[in-house]
Amino acid sequence: MARSTTQRQTRVGPASPDARRAGSLDVDALIADRRTGIIVCCGSGGVGKTTTSAALALRAAEQGRKVVVLTIDPARRLAQSMGIEALDNTPRPVTGLDEAAGGHLDAMMLDMKRTFDEVVESQASPEKAQQILANPFYIALSSSFAGTQEYMAMEKLGQIHRDAQAAGTYDLIVVDTPPSRSALDFLDAPERLSSFLDGRFVRLLLAPARGPAKLMTAGFSLITNALTKILGAQFLKDLQTFVSALDTVFGGFRQRAQKTYSLLQADGTAFLVVAAPEPDALREAAYFVERLSEDGMPLAGLIVNRASPAPDSPLPAEDALAGVGKLRRDGNGTLAAGLLRLHADQVQLVERERALRERFATAHPQVPTVVVPALAGDVHDLDGLRRIGELLAASGGSSTDRSD
Amino acid sequence: MSDWSKVRLHVVTGKGGTGKSTVASALALALAHQGKNVLVCEVEGRQGLARMFDVDPLPYQERRLTTGLPDEDGGRGIVHALHIDAESALLEYLSMYYRLGRAGKALDRFGVIEFATTIAPGVRDVLLSGKVYEAVERNSRNKGAIRYDAVVLDAPPTGRITNFLNVGGEVGGLAKVGPIKTQSDTMMKLFQSPRTAVHLVTLLEEMPVQETIDGIAELERAGLPVGGIVVNMVRPRDLSDDDLAAARAGTLDRSRIEAEVKAAGIEVTDALLDGLLHEAREHAERRALEDAQRAVIAGIDVPTYELPRMAGGVDLGALYELAGLLREQGMA
Repeated sequence: MARSTTQRQTRVGPASPDARRAGSLDVDALIADRRTGIIVCCGSGGVGKTTTSAALALRAAEQGRKVVVLTIDPARRLAQSMGIEALDNTPRPVTGLDEAAGGHLDAMMLDMKRTFDEVVESQASPEKAQQILANPFYIALSSSFAGTQEYMAMEKLGQIHRDAQAAGTYDLIVVDTPPSRSALDFLDAPERLSSFLDGRFVRLLLAPARGPAKLMTAGFSLITNALTKILGAQFLKDLQTFVSALDTVFGGFRQRAQKTYSLLQADGTAFLVVAAPEPDALREAAYFVERLSEDGMPLAGLIVNRASPAPDSPLPAEDALAGVGKLRRDGNGTLAAGLLRLHADQVQLVERERALRERFATAHPQVPTVVVPALAGDVHDLDGLRRIGELLAASGGSSTDRSD
Repeated sequence: MSDWSKVRLHVVTGKGGTGKSTVASALALALAHQGKNVLVCEVEGRQGLARMFDVDPLPYQERRLTTGLPDEDGGRGIVHALHIDAESALLEYLSMYYRLGRAGKALDRFGVIEFATTIAPGVRDVLLSGKVYEAVERNSRNKGAIRYDAVVLDAPPTGRITNFLNVGGEVGGLAKVGPIKTQSDTMMKLFQSPRTAVHLVTLLEEMPVQETIDGIAELERAGLPVGGIVVNMVRPRDLSDDDLAAARAGTLDRSRIEAEVKAAGIEVTDALLDGLLHEAREHAERRALEDAQRAVIAGIDVPTYELPRMAGGVDLGALYELAGLLREQGMA
């Protein structure tokens, strides 16, 4: 996958985000801005992307936006936190929110395979579609190929956006991206699928007889022989059927992927990178930030979730630990020793997280950031999401400790 | 005595963000004693091992990484590391099994290698897990290769682990005959045998615990052997249950704390006491939530190990400390 970074061409996009001055990320201003039509939350797995997307969507809806939130998470966590039993490929209204401001909220869970099937069905004749849908390669590709999820998320986003524009159903789409194996998958998926479709091997499978040179045909029979030897003849036959059958719908794919890509680059889109104050998550976040700027994608800011709450008393960790040592030596004060140790632990955690964030800020000074303190429990319901929404908006004030 | 002394392949999975790379590394250190050779592999291309052990990015080649955690007699083993990527695995596989000659070059030229490793369904996982299999069983064609006493795999996350190991299912539908089919069947034999254990890393939070339960059910359905649960980043347990209950109820004895903090040689102010009491209450609330999740885990019939949260982050020293804790608890 690393190869695709070196191979990709530079894209020309709108003004890169570093034209903006860094500060703290003002989430309320972002969702209040009617020009914001799409918010994409991306980041590595386990950083609270799904919850953040849902909380943002809910907050926007309660402030009067007509919102749909699109999640791709197979654990169906959003479904649970939104109090909906099963999300499917259709947006469903979320009940229980405050619609006084005139907004509303729908939620949907992406059924990746179904989205893929729908694309095939819409592009190919019924007969051909049947042939494709039954092919073992198609089945494996549409349900387990790395990158398919990412691609389908973008495909669905494009669909919803087109429908919403035509019917005026939504004025804000919030997208939760899949937990990619790597940050690259999400932006590269469409290109990877297209480059596969344009690949020489696939071309050859489609038209081995049309090989321009003798050598090529000879090379090809070498390959097919080798593959047959390794994989068995059926494998190659299935593959050939698959590729030639799917070829008819490829053109459509490519065009649409291109459209969605431009949609993501447009001004109405805002990317939010979500991270936790951990080295791995922040490294991934840095990677996202770099890729987004490289591709000219409009980056709105960084959300650092699950920050440890700052300790209430200013006692330095060393002093607390020295006190613990003294108490333990003297053999008394177990309660105070415990409390002081906890305090020292807390101070260390907070300092480490701050150091990590500052390192990120130094390397990416153009990225507005908001830090969200960790909640004690998990978020199950709209109240929990509201609370997260408040924290997202509240810490967007002046409390972030970044230095420019 | 280790709970897993018969296991040759330790697969470490877990939800994203639970620290499975940390646990896999610590487990490798813990297993490497008394001259044992241990290999730790990663397959996700993240170079997490190199970062964890503070070495240069790892190539597709077994590298000596460090010595393991010594046992009571000071006997240490050696930890090796391997970064497995699908393209290299495919090329190695082809050269090991087929003298393809010109065809091998042609495969690359026509983009077949790229095709096979990026888009051909299931093939990527088979190549990665195939190399892991080779490291455990060692192919006679791989001359001079080290025989490992244990292999630890820093595996894909819980959501994908069953697909990743279930190579028979993945490939079976596509390659119905031929050497790939035979080989994936052999691999399945190892993965489904008691010589493999799939350990799950979790935090004491609802979602990771739920994902662990779902993951175990999925592994069992696929006939893959479930190992232990490693509960990672557990909060410190410095307060007694009574004190925790009092902290939650807001009834901790302020004057007692005042006296004790004084005895610790720290100047007592009202702000300090208020702060400590408030921190105690927050901690106690989170501990109660942790305990609820711990009870859920206790209900799963699987050996469980706990590792503390490292407030200062996980450096090499901390890894050895975690390795010691795993060994103490019988995981290695």
